[in-house]
Parts: sequence; C-alpha cells; structure tokens
Amino acid sequence: MASLARSDAPVYSDDVIRGFALMTVVWGIVGMLVGVIIAAQLTWPELNFGIPWLSYGRLRPLHTNAVIFAFGGCALFATSYHVVQRTCQTRLFLPGLAMFTFVGWQVVIVAAAITLPLGMTQGKEYAELEWPIDLLIAVVWVAYAVVFFGTIGMRKVRHIYVANWFFGAFILAVALLHIVNSAAIPVSLTKSYSAYAGVQDAMVQWWYGHNAVGFFLTAGFLGIMYYYIPKQAERPIYSYRLSIVHFWALVFTYMWAGPHHLHYTALPDWAQSIGMIFSLVLLAPSWGGMINGIMTLSGAWHKLRDDPILKFLIVSLSFYGMSTFEGPMMSIKTVNALSHYTDWTVGHVHSGALGWVGLISMGAMYHLIPRLFGRKQMYSVKAIDLHFWIATIGIVLYIAAMWIAGVMQGLMWRAVNADGTLVYTFVESVKATFPFYVIRLLGGLLYLSGMLIMGWNTVMTVRNGKAEPVAIPLVLPAHA
Amino acid sequence: MDILYLLIPMSAVLVLVILGVFAWATYSGQFEDIEVEGRRILTSDENGVDNHQAEQAAREK
Repeated sequence: MASLARSDAPVYSDDVIRGFALMTVVWGIVGMLVGVIIAAQLTWPELNFGIPWLSYGRLRPLHTNAVIFAFGGCALFATSYHVVQRTCQTRLFLPGLAMFTFVGWQVVIVAAAITLPLGMTQGKEYAELEWPIDLLIAVVWVAYAVVFFGTIGMRKVRHIYVANWFFGAFILAVALLHIVNSAAIPVSLTKSYSAYAGVQDAMVQWWYGHNAVGFFLTAGFLGIMYYYIPKQAERPIYSYRLSIVHFWALVFTYMWAGPHHLHYTALPDWAQSIGMIFSLVLLAPSWGGMINGIMTLSGAWHKLRDDPILKFLIVSLSFYGMSTFEGPMMSIKTVNALSHYTDWTVGHVHSGALGWVGLISMGAMYHLIPRLFGRKQMYSVKAIDLHFWIATIGIVLYIAAMWIAGVMQGLMWRAVNADGTLVYTFVESVKATFPFYVIRLLGGLLYLSGMLIMGWNTVMTVRNGKAEPVAIPLVLPAHA
Repeated sequence: MDILYLLIPMSAVLVLVILGVFAWATYSGQFEDIEVEGRRILTSDENGVDNHQAEQAAREK
C-alpha cells in the first residue's frame, strides 16, 4: 500500500476541495438571497409580481434546496475531502472521480435552479427534484462514497478519526434515504409520480425528511465540528471517548424519530408515539456532543474572545444545543398540538439551519479557505468578526420573531368561545403575524449581509493567495 | 400501513449492520488508546511534519 502511494506525487488532492469551498460561499449567497426574497413575499405578497416563476411556491423549494444541498452540500464535500485526507495521511482515492463529484454536484444544483422555478417538482419537501436529476444525484453520491471510503481504505494511520465516522454515516444514510424516498414512476421527462400513495407516501417522506436532518444536517456537520474545533482551538477534543459514544448513540437512535412530523395525522397512533419517544431519547447524545465540543475550550476560554473563527464554531454548537433541546420538546404530542403548522416550526428549523449548520460551515470555511490558498488567515480577520456579529444578531431576530409568531398563531387557532365556535378567523392570525414577518425579514437581511462580507473576504483572500500543493507526510510501511 | 413492512425491517437490518460495524471497530482495535488518537490530529501539521509518527518511527528503529 505504502509503495503504491509513493510512486505517485506525494501531495494531497486539494483542487477539488478548493472548488467545493469556493462554491460553498457562492451558493450560500444565492440561497440566502432567495430566502430573503421569499421572506419579503410572505410579508408583502404583491412581490410575486404575478410572474409564475417568481411565485412563493416555486421559490421556496429553490431556497431550501440551495441552502441545504448547494451551500451545505458543498461545505460537506469540501470538509469531508479535506478531513479524510489529513487524518488518513493519504491523497484521495481516484482524484478524477472526486473531480466528477464536483462537476456533477454543480450540474445538479444548476438543474435544480432551472427546473424548480419552472414548476417541475415531485412535491416532496426537500426532495422536490424530478427523476432525471434524482438519478444524477444517485450517481454522484455513489461516486462520493467510492472516493470517501476508498480513501479510508488507503489510510496510512490505523485509527479512523471520529470525524470520518460521522462523514461516513452521513454519506451512507443519505444514499439509502435518497434512493428509497425518490422511487417514482416517470410519465415524461419532466413529470413522475411517487411509488407510494397517501399516508404510506407521507411516512416514507418523513422517514426521509427527518433523517435528512439527522444525517445530512447533523451527522455531516458534527464531522466538521470534531475536526475543525480542535484544529482551530489547537486543543484536542474535550473527551475523545465521549465523541465515540456520541457517534454510536446517534446512529443507533436517529433512524426512528421521523413519525414526529406526522402527529395527529392518519399515521397510526403507536407509530407517532414511537417517533416521539425516540426523539426524546435523542436529546442525550445530542447534548453529550454539544458539551464535548464546547468544553474543548475548557481552560482556554480567552481564545473565544480573540478568535472570531472560534466564535463561529462555538456559538454554532450552542445553537445546536438549543435546537436539539427544542426539537424533542416539540415532538411531544401535547406541545406539537400547539406548535404544528405554525411559524414556531419555521423558527426551530432556522435556529438549526442559520445557527448550527450556517455558522459551523462559515467557521470551517474561514479556517479552510486561507490554508487552501497558501495563507495563514483570511484577508481580513476584522471582517470575520463583523460577519459573526451581524449573523448572530440576524439569527436572534429571526428565531425570536418566529417563536412569538408561532405561539401566537397556535393559541389563536385553538381559542374557542363558550358555544364552541372559533374566536378568530384564520386571516386574523395572518394579520397579527405581519409585524413578526417584518422582523424576520430584517433578521434574514442581516444574515445575508454577513454572507456578502464573507464573499468579499473570500475574493480578497484568493486574489492575495496562491494555490500550492501540500506534501503528504511520509509514513513508514510498518505503521500502515 | 403496508409501508411499515418495508421501513421497520429495513431499520432493523440497519441496526444489525451498525452492530456489525461496531463489533469490527471494537475487535480490530479502533478504540484502543483512544485519547492519544484525539491528540494526533494536532501533532501532524499541514507541512508534512507529523510529530507523533516521528516519535513512533524513532521507537521502532
């Protein structure tokens, strides 16, 4: 194995990482801009302008796909390819295939950005893309798995670092979820029907949907957390043993929580209860992981004051802790009776998305991008700090507005008069929500502004840097 | 709810597969001396110098 690697040029395959890292920033700006547009449309529906492809119903899936799969996806590709090479001390398995995953993934994103506004959709949340794009996703994903696990197989370090376990679970679980949930019968190139019907379809959809949150938006980004926090803090993870317990506890329990999205529906009661119980169980590993990450700074808290990248990484964990506490609470049926279908859910999702996924991705990119371009740090460290504060204020405005709006809507919808009639009409609750939609839009605008600062900082860093190959440390064969 | 006949066995099989991987990791020594492994990522820097491995190499010689 070692002799084979030595016949190649002993440098890491970083080109593909550079591509994904830069596209993370680009798609972040695009996806968040669409988010701001639809937040404005919810506040002032006239902003649809009567143009079908600008309507909320078509732009909303464009927003979710762009931020989750384009921004988040590129961040995961970039970091997983970086972490697996550095921790295994070997270059990527089949770098050409890795480059194919880059090109293929960008084609998927562009295809989504064209077809969704045109109204081509399977109508399944977070799985809207039509079958030809689904097939391309499956091919790219299998290639991703081959590259990732091939690299693990070529590793020169016997121990597989915990971040790779998280990335590996994310890659395998997403493959399984995507293939099962996207099963559809095509009737034309642009239209297909799900292989499942009615409540069966709903159950498969939320088995997919929740586990997409669990494995795409959680396990993958925990992989980022377990490498970049110790690296940036220059301290080992608080308890490496706990990180391993965290991993196994999470993968054993996550798959069963999906039914909590279908409380009080045609889904059998016992299935709803199982979903609720497993959601509550998930609180334990989630908080174990959060505490493990934050306590990495134990005894070196001053670093949090001086280093804006650590602010991104650590504050993202506190949002992870908040949303993994809020989620299990919302899965309790009696709480769900109030929260379901209100903007509370939207607030919950965004405390995870903006707070956890967004901030940890930005922090990891601020660590990674200068190193990929031969620099010690970003062009402007002050701009990172500014970005952090703008983004954090934006998140707080967003989620506080949605909490208030959501609880208010839930209470208004369930309020009944003594004679059993409803106190409020639906439109009265819409009217009452207006000011909170304005605040939410303001929060979103701030978050987008932060991302634009990151875009400028990235351009300046790349312009003043140079992409140079990094040598792989030489390893003795006896160690392999 | 025929779909549960697909999803529940699939989840059960998945748990068995995860158990299998866990057993492999345990018996192949992935969890031996693990706190050292947590520090290793910090000792290998970007320029190709790996202190931990250099020490190990020195010991093996």
